[in-house]
Amino acid sequence: MSAVPPGAEPRGEDACTILHVDMDAFYASVVIRDHPELRSRPVVVAGGNERGVILCATYPARAYGVHSAMPVARARRLCPDLVVVSPDFGAFAQVSTAVLDAFARVTPEVEALSQEEAFLDVRGSRRHAGRPREIAERLRAQIHDEQRITCSVGMAATRSVAKLASRRAKPDGIAAIPPEDVTRVLAPLDAGDLWGVGEKTRDRLRRIGLETVGDLVATPLALLQATLGQSAGAHVHALAHGRDPGGPSPKFAAHERARSMGADRTLEADLSSYDDVLVELLRLTVKVTSRMRGSGFAARVVTVRLRYPDRTTVTRSRTLADPSDVTHDLYAAVVGIYDEQCGRDGGVRAVRLVGVRVSGLQRSAGLQPQLRLGEPDRGWSDADRAVDRVRERFGKHAVSPATLLG
Amino acid sequence: MKFRVERDVLADAVAWAARSLPVRPSVPVLAGLLIQAGDEGLVLSTFDYETSARATLAAEVTDDGTVLVSGRLLADITRSLPNKPVEMTLEGSRVSLVCGSARFTLQTLPVEDYPTLPQMPTATGTARSDAFAHAVAQAVTAAGRDDMLPVLTGVRIEIDGSTISLLATDRFRLSQGELEWSPNTPDESLAALIPAKVLADTAKSLTAGSDVTIALAASGQGDGIIGFEGAANGGTRRTTTRLLDGEFPKVRSLFPNEHLTIAKIEKAALIESVKRVSLVAERNTAVQLAFSDGVLTLDAGSGDEAQASESIEADIDGGDIVTGFNPQFLLDGLGAIDQSTVQLAFTQASKPVVMSGVVPEGDDDPGFRYLLMPRRLLS
Repeated sequence: MSAVPPGAEPRGEDACTILHVDMDAFYASVVIRDHPELRSRPVVVAGGNERGVILCATYPARAYGVHSAMPVARARRLCPDLVVVSPDFGAFAQVSTAVLDAFARVTPEVEALSQEEAFLDVRGSRRHAGRPREIAERLRAQIHDEQRITCSVGMAATRSVAKLASRRAKPDGIAAIPPEDVTRVLAPLDAGDLWGVGEKTRDRLRRIGLETVGDLVATPLALLQATLGQSAGAHVHALAHGRDPGGPSPKFAAHERARSMGADRTLEADLSSYDDVLVELLRLTVKVTSRMRGSGFAARVVTVRLRYPDRTTVTRSRTLADPSDVTHDLYAAVVGIYDEQCGRDGGVRAVRLVGVRVSGLQRSAGLQPQLRLGEPDRGWSDADRAVDRVRERFGKHAVSPATLLG
Repeated sequence: MKFRVERDVLADAVAWAARSLPVRPSVPVLAGLLIQAGDEGLVLSTFDYETSARATLAAEVTDDGTVLVSGRLLADITRSLPNKPVEMTLEGSRVSLVCGSARFTLQTLPVEDYPTLPQMPTATGTARSDAFAHAVAQAVTAAGRDDMLPVLTGVRIEIDGSTISLLATDRFRLSQGELEWSPNTPDESLAALIPAKVLADTAKSLTAGSDVTIALAASGQGDGIIGFEGAANGGTRRTTTRLLDGEFPKVRSLFPNEHLTIAKIEKAALIESVKRVSLVAERNTAVQLAFSDGVLTLDAGSGDEAQASESIEADIDGGDIVTGFNPQFLLDGLGAIDQSTVQLAFTQASKPVVMSGVVPEGDDDPGFRYLLMPRRLLS
């Protein structure tokens, strides 16, 4: 560990105190880790069937042009040898929790963006954990040793640039963009590469002849604001200059604030009976809630998504009086939402996709659940946890609600 | 139709009848207020197929007749009129309303489309209106508001001779109160589940006269409705509402059989203290109550955020206990208790507390109990 003279501003890589750590092809890597025979094959992780969508593709699969969010059927046309594997969310959650724990040992300032990527602010970690690059190298080695998957780390002084740097590091590497290099490195990039610049914004910028980040840097703030509006203009201006729009030192939300978790299923055949839809909703609720418990969260909001054969989609939410991680409670809300929707539809309509999502997540460790009158001392919550343990040990089909058997 | 009526009498009756107008009527006529003018004065009615309201009032009727006008609008107008006699006249398809120099013209709605109000069931007995309103207000504190559990949005009343019991629960707490009344048949025995919101509004609005008549048909008759009637400024007020279907849970057995710790505390001090300490309690967390050595210590908040602590005197009989409650539920219960000293009776930390007022020596126990489940504290 090298000492820094007191008062000296860190420079170069030492100024890169924001690390963006991103698992390489996360879901696929976890699957391959558990099935080494697939290592050199083009593998994708996708929801259940041919109408499903790819959640994650390995690098060999990506070589065929296959990428996430692509329907399985289309990927198969691109790559006939494609191996399609179902996601094992329990395993993903386990790896994710372990990785977050490793981060937390370096710094309390961790902002998890999803199960597979997080920002770490290591400004205050110098004394006990070392220089940013040392931290990055150690984390990569540790994750590789303990979880047997690889990750990439982007280093920069701001989050938006760190995010760009990790992309340059992929797969299995480290890349730093120190403050003095930001302008030079970002200039040739397409404006759409900036984190938070979506397609719509990109199109609007193109219409006034701005294509690269360099073009944006050369454009006065006022013009960007006239084109995109006050706040979006300022936002893009900051990003192009390598600054975080939230300011230089955004408050790192603890990873408790993860936003939501959900599961969707596009059905092989449309479901047209009330009971069949409920069974599917139960299956998804069980899946989401066990994932939620696996990562230590309880939810306050439950959302149900239904897509009808005419492709119209409805999304309805319900807020619980008290956050819960109990399958029974959340499923009751799901059924309530579905019943209400049937009322609105004037009966049961056929559906081709159902989805369940939970949000308003809170760490269940901090909860003080409101007990109910007449509730037995050991209730649904304990039953859920027992089921989770059995599934962890004997596989996810070891215990299921009776309705989901057969 | 043509009549002349005192401004206050009219405004009072219209406001009362308009309370139960539906906010979003399923059919347009239900937004109407029906005015029937006859020999005995006026009858004003509203109805949304669930709840009906009917007010009578004295008026000088020149021509009999019936009209239906927008209830909300009529209520707004009558409330704002100067204090002078009001004259209303049907002119073709419009009604003119004249009060002093103010003149309004209202469109009428088709009377023939208006549904017939349900019959009031036969009167079952009478209660003092203020005692009834008080007992209902206490009971509804524990009623559920979640439409997913319609049965719990009601107050169950159980009539047993000269006693009416009122029960409500939202699964987290339970209120149980009693009310003495005068049944028309001494051994009357009936039970009904009444929408809590309608019951609370009705009971509160019928306190002008000394008594309230309660009309509840025995099961199988009267089509599951209950009626309430009371006297008011220059006439009568009568509400009927449809009873809720479904089985109210068996709640009486939830009261614990024994108490291991009983604490008596000054109510006002406890309310103040809970309010203060709960300022730092995050949503869905508890105010912790620790009883030991004649002191109740309240704590809220967490080490990561703000914390608060306060101690107040308590007369404690039994073992020490630490438990915690949703602060609002605790305040609701305390607020429903009349006496200045409250008693909290515990069995163990994960079991409900029974809250009641400490009745001064020689007074009758009004019998109100509030049962509240704790939040599970972190151990």
